[in-house]
Amino acid sequence: MTAQHGSAAGTVALAIGTGKGLFLATSGDRRRWEFTGPHFPMHAVYSALIDTRGDRPRILAGTTSQHWGPGVSASDDLGASWQEPAEAPIAFPDDTGASLEQVWQLAPGPAHQPEVVYAGVQPSALFRSEDGGRSFQLVRGLWDHPHRPEWTPGFGGKAVHTVLPHPRQTDRVVVAMSTGGVYRTTDGGASWQASNHGIRAKFLPNEYPEFGQCVHKVARHPARPDQLFAQNHHGVYRSDDGGSAWNSIADGLPSDFGFAMVSHPHRPGVVYNFPIQADEYRIPPDAACRVYRSEDAGKSWGALTDGLPQHGFYPTVLRDAMGVDDAEVPGVYFGTRSGEVFASPDEGEHWQQIAAHLPDVLCVRAAVVG
Amino acid sequence: MTDMSVTVLLPGVLRADAGGSGHLSLELPPGATLRVALDQLAARHPRLDRRLRDDQGALRRYVNLYVDGAECRGLAGLDTPVPAGAELHVIPSVAGG
Repeated sequence: MTAQHGSAAGTVALAIGTGKGLFLATSGDRRRWEFTGPHFPMHAVYSALIDTRGDRPRILAGTTSQHWGPGVSASDDLGASWQEPAEAPIAFPDDTGASLEQVWQLAPGPAHQPEVVYAGVQPSALFRSEDGGRSFQLVRGLWDHPHRPEWTPGFGGKAVHTVLPHPRQTDRVVVAMSTGGVYRTTDGGASWQASNHGIRAKFLPNEYPEFGQCVHKVARHPARPDQLFAQNHHGVYRSDDGGSAWNSIADGLPSDFGFAMVSHPHRPGVVYNFPIQADEYRIPPDAACRVYRSEDAGKSWGALTDGLPQHGFYPTVLRDAMGVDDAEVPGVYFGTRSGEVFASPDEGEHWQQIAAHLPDVLCVRAAVVG
Repeated sequence: MTDMSVTVLLPGVLRADAGGSGHLSLELPPGATLRVALDQLAARHPRLDRRLRDDQGALRRYVNLYVDGAECRGLAGLDTPVPAGAELHVIPSVAGG
């Protein structure tokens, strides 16, 4: 079963953003991988997008050099060459008084708007591109939100790290930020509403504030866009009404802490998570490398372990360091802070380690490209 | 008064953003400051400029810019006057792991 599915996937590209560059891999069977890189050496690559909506796949990379600052580069030949426009792809207007520090998220717009790309950045802001990611404009409605002065930086910074455009209604977008929580717009970004009702913030005096929650990642399936899944700084939640109300789905997980939350590309209600024992430890529970999958929208969870180290495993998986491809039987991928990358060709049933000794993995994205 | 020539020296990692050269000549008006020099550089090489300065025009934290051997933060920052014939040297500071 696995081999059939693997060979039927076509060519899959895998983008692995690390603390010191972007590594790219391609595979025809999702077992043997050919790597190139590091692209952008000495740049931290927190965000990558393999955009397959156009005539040919385009890879976007959000890069940050400690010396030379942030940027967004694009490749239309799977990394053989990169282009960065002369004018800054993402820059804050003069009147904001802000400067781009880091691009945390590059997210495709709806399928029927193949040139629309969103960027979630630090300091917390949303940018929108209408030319495939070559140039972006600040979404003013979120920047001007009256809550913004009260958004505070988490350990990783103050950033919009999740952008979920509605698959059909282009005026609707959900974003998540640390620390601030979930916000959504229904008018194309002109106004935004905090959408955290029911999400606990145990690190605040008021444990159920309107905003200020530390959401780590939100995921959803395009065929069921009102169902959202959130991994928080303590707390795993689901909303069935587009973010109006949230309910815990942490039962069945060994910890309610973690960073990653990934939706299955084809099956609504199927999500992947990598729990981390918190707060004193911040290591995988039982020092075992386990991906958890729910097939019933979080009512129950099962551990996926076949091929993953089950003893003495201490690294964590960051918020964007897990991803899926879009093959008929999708592959699942994740990278660790100790530079290992694991891949499954069959929805997480079986795993193999496909890279080791990379710099710390910050993001992982995969897609069928041929 | 006629314009004055100054030279900008770049580290290897930035040469691709400056048309491949590590030596750039600028013609500046008398009394020009470092900011004027960088603005002229930006007009010719905008990508180079944003490696050196952030969105608000401030010199990036780990970019050191020397005017005839003196780092500009010990002078007047980007308001430092640039003398005729000056050598402006861009050197990344010691940072990072």
